Amino acid sequence: MDPNYIKPFITSIQNVFSTMLQLPVSIGEPTIKSGQQPFDVSGIIGMSGDVTGSVVLSFPRDCAERVVALFCGQQVAFETSDFNDAIGELVNMVSGNAKALFPAGRKVSISCPSVVVGAKHSVARQSDVPCIQIPCGTDCGDFVIEIAIKSKPAADPAAATNAAASVKA
Amino acid sequence: MKIMLVDDSKTMRNIQKAVLAQLGHSDIVEACDGQDALSKVQAAKPDLLLVDWNMPNMDGLSFVKAFRQTNKATPIIMVTTEAEKGRVIEAIKAGVNNYVVKPFTPDLLSQRIQETLAKKAASAA
Repeated sequence: MDPNYIKPFITSIQNVFSTMLQLPVSIGEPTIKSGQQPFDVSGIIGMSGDVTGSVVLSFPRDCAERVVALFCGQQVAFETSDFNDAIGELVNMVSGNAKALFPAGRKVSISCPSVVVGAKHSVARQSDVPCIQIPCGTDCGDFVIEIAIKSKPAADPAAATNAAASVKA
Repeated sequence: MKIMLVDDSKTMRNIQKAVLAQLGHSDIVEACDGQDALSKVQAAKPDLLLVDWNMPNMDGLSFVKAFRQTNKATPIIMVTTEAEKGRVIEAIKAGVNNYVVKPFTPDLLSQRIQETLAKKAASAA
């Protein structure tokens, strides 16, 4: 997968968590996901247009509860609609900000978020799209962002060249 | 002053309400999507609207276009994750007066609200 579509998520997740939660995020080594790692809460966003696929923020319960409390400014009960709403808004902000940092000229839309809650669940994806998993460390605990997207080739070679130039700059 | 918040996320509406409370605004009407906002806006007669873009049923841009057919004066601030330049231009063309990209700090949202209200007051004077 083109790193120009992965780096924006790293920038975005750090920006969203530092701005909205005052919570610094340390980024671990991105890897291609193999097998299923169970989590307790996942926020999911779909991407369509020039880039298609899904973005998932997955948390263990303890970490999710601390993150949501910081985001909302108060404790929010697990497995309530307010809790799910907060997780959905976080993945929405991370994905929306990331797509703005994609190479120039790419038109991408994001879906409304979905949230899955359940002990030790896993999220299945299209098998033909590799999933990049990025571990994220915070004082609230560790979570991951999983990115399984593919980009359509740029139709205009000049636009592609400009996009590459803008990324290098 | 009455302010309408249009966002499908209750969390985000609560964050915005907290910022508005700090500015002394407590007369708030909430809508959870564009359709809900259209059904409430005539009766509510808000003095300012904060509108998200991506929402189910009716997105914020469609709401702004529909609202502007009958109301050109009430200021609208788009508060959204949509940060691309093209999206901002699209929103301004549809009738949005100011734009805030999520994530935002309380200070930034306060500043945008105050400058939008100041422009409205200046144009009314």
